[in-house]
Order: sequence, then structure tokens, then C-alpha cells
Amino acid sequence: MADELAIKVKDVSKTFKLPYEKNTSIKHAFISFYRRNKGYERQEVLNKVSFEVKKGDFFGIVGRNGSGKSTLLKLLAGIYSPDAGEIQINGKLTPFIELGVGFNPELSGRENVFLNGALLGFNRKEMEAMYDEIVEFAELERFMDQKLKNYSSGMQVRLAFSIAIQAKTDILVLDEVLAVGDEAFQQKCVDVFEEYKSSKQTVILVTHDMSSVKKYCNKAILINEGSIIASGQPADIAAKYSKLNYSDPADPVTSSELVNVRLQNGSGKESKKFNQNESMTVEVSIKKSNKKIKNIGIAIIKNSGEYVNGANTIQNKISINQGDTLKYTVKLDIGAGKYHISYGLFGDDGNKIIDFVEKGPEFIVSVNPDSNQEGIAMLNHEWTKL
Amino acid sequence: MKQYISKQNRALLSELVRTDFKLRYQGSVLGYAWSLLRPLLLFLILYIVFVKFLRIGGDIPHFPVYLLLGIVLWNFFSEMTSQSLGSIVGRGDLIRKIRIPRWTIVFSSSISALINLGLNLLVIAVFLVINKVELSFSILWLPLILLEIYALGLGLSLFLSAAFVKYRDMSYIWEVILQAGFYLTPILYPLAMITNETFQKILLMNPIAQAIQDARYSLVSHESITVHSLLGGSWYILIPFILVVMILLGGLFYFRKESKYFAENI
Repeated sequence: MADELAIKVKDVSKTFKLPYEKNTSIKHAFISFYRRNKGYERQEVLNKVSFEVKKGDFFGIVGRNGSGKSTLLKLLAGIYSPDAGEIQINGKLTPFIELGVGFNPELSGRENVFLNGALLGFNRKEMEAMYDEIVEFAELERFMDQKLKNYSSGMQVRLAFSIAIQAKTDILVLDEVLAVGDEAFQQKCVDVFEEYKSSKQTVILVTHDMSSVKKYCNKAILINEGSIIASGQPADIAAKYSKLNYSDPADPVTSSELVNVRLQNGSGKESKKFNQNESMTVEVSIKKSNKKIKNIGIAIIKNSGEYVNGANTIQNKISINQGDTLKYTVKLDIGAGKYHISYGLFGDDGNKIIDFVEKGPEFIVSVNPDSNQEGIAMLNHEWTKL
Repeated sequence: MKQYISKQNRALLSELVRTDFKLRYQGSVLGYAWSLLRPLLLFLILYIVFVKFLRIGGDIPHFPVYLLLGIVLWNFFSEMTSQSLGSIVGRGDLIRKIRIPRWTIVFSSSISALINLGLNLLVIAVFLVINKVELSFSILWLPLILLEIYALGLGLSLFLSAAFVKYRDMSYIWEVILQAGFYLTPILYPLAMITNETFQKILLMNPIAQAIQDARYSLVSHESITVHSLLGGSWYILIPFILVVMILLGGLFYFRKESKYFAENI
């Protein structure tokens, strides 16, 4: 590996087997052995991730919750081992991914400093040399002989952070540690970061806070669903991250196998984005199957939970047959925000549920600047002057 | 090999053992004194029950010490294995969040057990003096015998702690095995009470039984039945030692293989 590289990650993949019911006993292992039913779901957390970090880089890793960031960090730290691919690390890397790992509430602050130090690879002599500095930085001089369980959570985090920054390694990994303590302590952390940046310390920063990415990092990558979807300048990455947060539906959208449901705008084109007061058409095509669907109900639900509107074919005296395509058109006189469609298919007298999709297609309604009113419903209204 | 005894690993081990010790008697009035008081009180009970009431082992010289030595060695073995068994799962928070050599965790609980053994042996020494046992040069064998028990315990500890991550039944299974082992090993009763010589031989194939009898021979009384005295020059005498080596290597191998996946399986 070239000397100027600190980390080289090549085509790293990691898949977890998530058992439906964990086989933690021998009986379960036997049962699933005989059933030949493996009973787990493979979840691909990282898929062929490659990137390089140069020495002296302040490298940002951003991504939404569940995107695979933490798994990547654990792979870098050597806590997990990759299924495929290669990770090369040039130098010593911080071995922990969370502050205060191994803190024991029954031990005193002092004892915990030594225990934590040993976990980071320092012996008692080395820790004694650093001890005063750690305590001073954490501002906990008076409390060191008290048990950790009597510390406030802020005090614990301060102590953990102070130990962590003393444990200088060639490559530092910092995960979401910026928001610790009160404002005065945060200022201290900021100073430490500035110092790292100016002294060309190699740092990997994992965070949701785009302002710190823009402020400190000189390079960043954006991870989504286990793959790197962008890498480069922190400002670009921050912009892409914000876009990802506000455009993509967070939950997986489900569907029924018996019908196709599509959303169209006024001109008949498929769309997910609508303006207020615009018309939206829900197109439902009933596939051929052996289920006799007598009634279809469609509801508009705001993602915050409010049931906005609903109607079914029986109410509207529409008879339906297999192979039919129906259009349900509504004028979106509703407040701006995220919505989704719920729909149900009913048989027999129109009440027996054949299939029900709680979270169908999602759509976004954006504000009409010409609107003359506010709120969750746009109502026909008039002002009169007497 | 050198990496295993690196400065960092030694610091980590000593800190883990220290923590273990500090927490063990947390909140008790007598504190560390309990680590001596506990075996003393246990010995007292056994002495009264077995020597005074049941009058077992009357024909064995220094039977009280003979009995205590057996108990101490068995307790060391059972404490070491059952504490190590849960050690990896018990330290799950560490394993999931920090890169430390996994074996240090099992190793530290085995060292805690060793320290306890040391304290217990001190108590035994006191009883040796009280009972006026005459020591011979065969005491020089004792460290080797202790090493054998430790190696056996370590092999089992490595295997059990790794298996426990996957199969939580292990703790119950091991509890039953230990209970059975306690009665199948001549601890409370002298081996001579079993009149069938074949059974005697079979019982002594168990490394723990062999080690306890050898320790009694070396420390307390040359009248103790040992593998050597029973089987003489036959190659069967090697079976217990081969078992120990196999268990130790098997445990090491299994632990190495499984330890990669501890973080995701706990």
C-alpha cells in the first residue's frame, strides 16, 4: 500500500443472517435442522464498498439511520470481519466505536479511567501520566472518587470523551460525539477538532450534523442502503444528504398482488409530486385471479397519521369485474406534506377483507403559493362584509 | 506468540482481573476477607459431616486434609469453567463495541479462579500444619498437577464460552455435567471404597480424578491410589494426559474459529 494512504477499503461486503426466531438453544437448532427450514433472512448491509482515506484527511462518512454506517465503522475497527473484500489499515486505528465502553457503574470514576484506558491499550503507568490531564479536561476533579453510578449522564460522557481524546492513535474514529455536554464543554470539543484539523491528524468522522461535516472535513462519502452513492467535496455531500432525507420515502412501500395501483397527475402522467389544489388520479387495475373482488376502498392518509379522505366502489355504486381498470380522481385541497394511499379489496357482501395494504404509494403535496388559506384542509370559504 | 503477551494485552488482563476482584465482594462488610472465610467455613462443615458424623476414610492417614485438597481442586475446576462459560456473553457490551482480543476475557476469568485457588491453598497449608502431615519431595509434582488441571479447565472454558454465544443451553448442560462429575470423581469418598477394580480404573481415566489423586499422593499421603499405582507401566496411564491435550487444542481451535463472529452473534 502506498505510504500516503491511511485506509484502503476495497469491495467490502457484509451480510447478516437475521433469524426469524433466534436459534439460541440446541432444541431449536435440531428442529430447524430437521425441517430443513433455515428460518432466517439475509440482510445485505454493505455491498461492495470501496474508498480510500489519505493520511491527514478529515474524512466524513454520512448516511441515514440504517444505511450501513455503523457496520462500516465496526468493520474498520476490527469488531466485525468482512464477508468479502479487503480492508487495509496503515497505522493504529481507534478500537472503539462508542464512548465509555466498559464503564462500570459500581467502580469509582478513577478506577473507570484506568479500566477504560486498559481497554484502549494503555497500562497503569501510562494512564497515571495522563490521569491529571483527563480529569482536568473533563472538569470532574471533585468527583473522581465517587462511584460512576452517581454521576449524571453528562458527567459520564465528559469523562469518556476526555479519555478518548487522550488515547491518540494514528487514525481517529469519531462517531456522533459532537453533541456532548453543555455549551462550554462543546466549545472545548470544537477546539480539539480544530487542533486535529490543523495538525493534520487523520480523522474519520461519522455524523448526521452536516454543519460539522462542512466545517471540518476535506472529503466525505454518502452511504445509502449499503452502497456509497456519492463521494467528494463535503459541501456537495451535505447537499445530497439533505436531498436524500426529504425526497425519499422512509418506509418501504408495500403492495397487493391482486391489483396495480398508480398515481397520476392531471395530464395522465405517473407522478409522486403534486401541488395543492391539483387533481390526483389513483388508477387501480384489477388483475385476473380466483379471488372475487366486490368492493375496492381507497383512503388518503397523511404520513403523520391523519385519515384525510376515503371512498369505496360500493358507496359510489360502481360494479367491478376482473380485468377492470378504475380511476379515482380527487382534488388535493389539502395541506402541504407527505401522504400515502391505503387501499383494501373486499369480497362477498363487500365487507370481507381479501387484501389490505396499509401503506401504498406515497406522494408529496407542496404548497401552492397562490393559496388563500392555511391548515390541513383547504375548504371552500368566503368572507362577507355586512 | 509475542503478540499475545504484548504490553497492551498484559495491561488489559490485569485490569480485567482487578475489576473482577473489586466487584466480587462489592458492598459486603467483610470484603476480601470472604475469599478466605468462604473456604474455611466450607471445610469446617465437610470436616464435621464426613469425619465426625459419617466417619468415612478412617483408614486413610490425614483424611481431613486429603478431603479438603480434593474439594479445593474440584472447586477450582468447576469455578473456572462455569465462570468462563458466561464470560463472553456477559461482556457482550465490550465485544460489540471495542476491538480487544477476545481470549483476554476468558483468560481473565481463569486468572480470577487461579487467584482463588492460591488463597485456598494457603488454607490447606494451615491444615497441613495442624494435621502434622510430613511433606516429602513428591510435593515438587504439585505445580505440574495444577498446571494439568488449569490446561484442562482452560480448554473447556474456551470451548464452553464460545459455544454459549450460540447455544444458551450450554449453561444448564454444563451444570448437570459438573454435578455428575462431582460424584463420579473420588472427592468425598476414598477411591478404595469402590471395590471393583475395573471401575476404579475407568474412574481414573477422567483427568480431573487422576489429577486429584496424584495431588493427594504428592502432598498428603503416599497411600492414595493413583493411575500409576493402579495401572503400572501400561500405556493406559497416558489416556488422561492425552485427553487434556486434546481438549485444550480443541478448545483453542473452536474458540479461534468462532471468535470472529462473536460481535454479531451475541
